[in-house]
Amino acid sequence: MKILKEKLFQVITYAAALFTIASLLGIIAGIFGRGLPFFGKVSLPEFLFTNSWYPTHAEQSFGAWALIAGSLAVTLGALAIAIPLGLGSAIFIAEIASSRLREIAKPVIELLAGIPSVVYGLFGMAFLAPLVRQWFDLDSGLNLFTASVILGVMIVPIVSSLSEDALSAVPHNIREASLALGATRAETIFKAVVPAAKSGIIGSVLLGFGRAIGETMVVLMVSGGAARIPGSIFDSVRPLTSTIAAEMGETVMCDLHFQSLFALAILLFAITFVTNLLSEAAFGKRRHG
Amino acid sequence: MKPRQTLNLAATLLLGSLLLVTALFLLLFLIRMFSLGGSVLSWEFLTTGPRNAMTQGGILPALVGTLLLTALAMLVALPLGVLTAVWLTNYGRPAWLVRLLRIAINTLAGTPSIIFGLFGMALFVNFLGWEVSLLSGGMTLAILALPVIVNNTEEAIRTVPPEFRDASLALGATTRQTITRVILPTALPNILTGAIISVGRVAGETAPIMFTATTFFAKGLPSGLRDDVMALPYHIYALMTEGTHPAAQVPIAYGTALVLLLMVLVISSVAIFVRYSIRRKRQW
Amino acid sequence: MKKVILTTILLTLLALPALAKGNRLTCSGSTTVLPIAQATAEAFMNANPELDISIRGGGSGVGIAALMNGTVDIACSSRTMKAKEITQAKSKGLNPTPYAIALDGIAIVINSANPVKNLTLKQIRDIYTGKIKNWSEIGGNKAPIVVISRDVASGTFEVFNEKALAGAKVVSTAQLLASNNAIATTVGNTPGAIGYIGLGYLTSSIKSVSVEGISPNSASVKDGSYPLARKLFMYTNGKAAGAANRYIAFIQSAAGQKIVQEQGFITLN
Repeated sequence: MKILKEKLFQVITYAAALFTIASLLGIIAGIFGRGLPFFGKVSLPEFLFTNSWYPTHAEQSFGAWALIAGSLAVTLGALAIAIPLGLGSAIFIAEIASSRLREIAKPVIELLAGIPSVVYGLFGMAFLAPLVRQWFDLDSGLNLFTASVILGVMIVPIVSSLSEDALSAVPHNIREASLALGATRAETIFKAVVPAAKSGIIGSVLLGFGRAIGETMVVLMVSGGAARIPGSIFDSVRPLTSTIAAEMGETVMCDLHFQSLFALAILLFAITFVTNLLSEAAFGKRRHG
Repeated sequence: MKPRQTLNLAATLLLGSLLLVTALFLLLFLIRMFSLGGSVLSWEFLTTGPRNAMTQGGILPALVGTLLLTALAMLVALPLGVLTAVWLTNYGRPAWLVRLLRIAINTLAGTPSIIFGLFGMALFVNFLGWEVSLLSGGMTLAILALPVIVNNTEEAIRTVPPEFRDASLALGATTRQTITRVILPTALPNILTGAIISVGRVAGETAPIMFTATTFFAKGLPSGLRDDVMALPYHIYALMTEGTHPAAQVPIAYGTALVLLLMVLVISSVAIFVRYSIRRKRQW
Repeated sequence: MKKVILTTILLTLLALPALAKGNRLTCSGSTTVLPIAQATAEAFMNANPELDISIRGGGSGVGIAALMNGTVDIACSSRTMKAKEITQAKSKGLNPTPYAIALDGIAIVINSANPVKNLTLKQIRDIYTGKIKNWSEIGGNKAPIVVISRDVASGTFEVFNEKALAGAKVVSTAQLLASNNAIATTVGNTPGAIGYIGLGYLTSSIKSVSVEGISPNSASVKDGSYPLARKLFMYTNGKAAGAANRYIAFIQSAAGQKIVQEQGFITLN
């Protein structure tokens, strides 16, 4: 009886673990099952490298290059904001600030990471976009720049909290050795501590990248939605995620357009999957002690 | 020496100002949300449904919808996640399966939420025929929350000192008894606070429920799991994009956003506070 | 103990799908029809408190697909069903029945500071295909035209595409926004913008231009002289019955049509 209970418990936990794996397989099957048939009708190079997204036109064309470029542009723009702000904050908190500020800053950052993206989207749409339009005298404030700023601020907590962890994990004797050799604090930070925490910082940036490229609501509400390759930071763009969210509602179930949106999802999944592997590699085994 | 000192000072100032800019931007964001949202917030706003073509009234159905979706998601994800973490930390054999599970958890954690939405639509709404419903949305959110809970629980279990486990086993307890009577109770506060933080995240998700659970307008509360529901995050999006009376509806969107924000911030800050004080108090 | 809890949870999970759907009338589809459906449903439920109606957006395509899958009772559509959709329905043995509930003109809108008053269909087509790039080419100020369009997949776009563009491709620099409201807001904020929206979405910061000399208003939409007019529909499977029938009848009644008008759309007659 006792052995039976033991076995049963083990089997239940085993089943839960298998369910977790099955969820991922289910997602892969669900996305690929609906997206792959698309590539039977539209070739992969045409999908990836031509620039003409007219999915509902009489002569349909499914060139997603502008959407990919839109996603990359917004994400890189967000990183251009998030890396200096997030990394700068992390270094300040970990290396310069008093332990009192550190104790407040850490939970606050964690809290900020939980702010729902749709709230940022609302803020971007109703507040920042009109301002951006005025400041730069633009035709429209819904553009690459505004989306990047909002998205960038959104991923600051990710970049900064993980970088801070990496910096804090650098052994103290490295700092002490550097200071003892007569280096200033700034020199110690940038020549000794940051290089020692390099892989963790890169990992945090990669995670930020993955989060930004997969974010939907902010870009759906703020990026403007023109399917073209942006020529300036004030052009409107149409990232992959907002294309899926905006067009899914209007497709005819299981037609080519429907499948094309799942093909975009495969692409997005592949990008985040690779990003994830890279960031795991950067963090190394340290995280799972 | 001089230029090096100047450089040192400049670097410190630069780093400090980067933190300041971040803090100021977030402060501006929070002030804006609180001042605009606060002006429409009232008891009536929380306890009545939308009225007069959604230009007046409150957000009760959306509030209830979000609570139900979140509760359902956690009801499913919490046991599954905890059990998965128990397997991972205590049984974990064969090794290749552990590796596969880790890949699955990390991949799920990094997958964009819109993909969960598509998956939920394909599997729950269409394939299983659950339609756009509380059930479909709750299950989609459960799978979204699963990796976070597994990771949290695993971390919590790993903070339980190995001596506890060894002592329990040495006293003749079985593995199961050790897990359910020693390890899980000891790790419970950390498991729960982790879970509560993920509640905040789940409540604020929009993309996964857009195609699986939400409706633009419903008078009453859902009468069953197969009904569609209003939800706070979707309500914000819908008011901003589908509303016909922006002058009246943008303030309501701000009010809804403030309610959602407060909900998420209060829930998470309680959990974070509890967790930090547990860590400080811990004796082993 | 633990096992009991687990078994309960497991059983509940298995039992969940079996739970019956509430007696809610669901209505899904076109975002253009959304305000009418929402406002009339609200009024109808106030008069009949025992009824429970849920109004979902999604888009015309989603509504019609959901109707064919039997997952909604009513599909709202800002266009008639496509041939492909009708074939699909017939093959499933379904017979979707359209009910006209309101008329709508697609208004071509510009910023209220823009002096342009009239555009021909050809000018609209040239603007949207990128041949005309500056307002000065059509008698306006010297300012670049900011072309704003709806998502290529929306019902509004489909009607605009057919009636105004005659199938020509929208220039790729056009901003594609996801809703009528987003277009109204953007055009209101953008001095050089042009966009198109359902008449119900006109606000004070934007103005509509007349097309081929005919301004979009209730008379010109009703008599069909305004070139960009359309009917809005609700579809049911077979003849509408029960609560769905009462609800649609209410929209078509004088009281319902009054709400249609209040929401800025054109009544049926």
